[in-house]
Amino acid sequence: MIHLTVTDEDRRVAWLATAAVGLSLVDAAIPSPLPGVKPGLANIVTLVVLVRHGWGTAVWVSALRVLAGSLLLGYFLAPGFFLSLTGTTLSLLTLGVARHLPARWFGPVTLSILAAFAHIGGQLLLARLWLIPHDGVYLLTPVFAGAALIFGTINGLIAAKLMADSPAAEAPDA
Amino acid sequence: MKLETPAGRLSIRGWLRLVRPGDWLVLLAGVAVVAVSIPLFWQGGIADKAIVRQDGRVFAEIDLRTRRELQVPGPLGSTLIAVEPGRVRVVSDPGPRQYCVRQGWLMRPGEIAICAPNRVSVQVAGRTKVYDSISY
Repeated sequence: MIHLTVTDEDRRVAWLATAAVGLSLVDAAIPSPLPGVKPGLANIVTLVVLVRHGWGTAVWVSALRVLAGSLLLGYFLAPGFFLSLTGTTLSLLTLGVARHLPARWFGPVTLSILAAFAHIGGQLLLARLWLIPHDGVYLLTPVFAGAALIFGTINGLIAAKLMADSPAAEAPDA
Repeated sequence: MKLETPAGRLSIRGWLRLVRPGDWLVLLAGVAVVAVSIPLFWQGGIADKAIVRQDGRVFAEIDLRTRRELQVPGPLGSTLIAVEPGRVRVVSDPGPRQYCVRQGWLMRPGEIAICAPNRVSVQVAGRTKVYDSISY
């Protein structure tokens, strides 16, 4: 019989991913005027995880969120899944670089805005290359960029607020 | 995770304290990116010249930063075109129906006024070419 040892880190990732999936569901329930314009509330979890537990944990939580979220909402392996995956991958890579910015000057709001732009940039590129191979896709760029800026700022503020309200109890890994 | 502490009231000042100096820079940069993307993606670039054609041939290309008037001779007489910074129009035309005059100011790349009887047209052009329609 195979015995799996569950570490504290595994439990933490599972809990955080659950929170992120929950927020993804809330996200999907919010009506949107245009496919692709979404608040992206789950990114709040990603930001908190990134600052508190490091980049590796953030990648785990995000990957589980994309997978479980798509299964629950029924778009696993549909175009939306790949859009989500590309956006998440690019924003995680951006966060991996941006988290080395001096924390005294750049807080969660910066991380959130950069991640939001990377997210929408990745999705637009994938949409252009694969789903709608026509430059007309780029007509939506100003709308998406505006939404990324607004929701990125709001999510960043919420993440900053959550972290300010509950100072790190355990020693952060990163 | 507790959401309500004395230190963290939901006042505007409370939120502003969460924004660090560099965050403002990133926010401003974000606004700039959005602002730049609007003319870039929605208008085929910024209108920067007017192309005047007579009998199908380019008669003149006028920089839209200038202010001037231009007489274009045609088979019926002379068509008067006025250019102002960022826009162009046909002021008068000897044609019978005056469609091109009544079109008024043209501002966006791709816009065109055609005075067919006098065989004169004026079109606004940007850096990128705009098509009326595309079919495959």
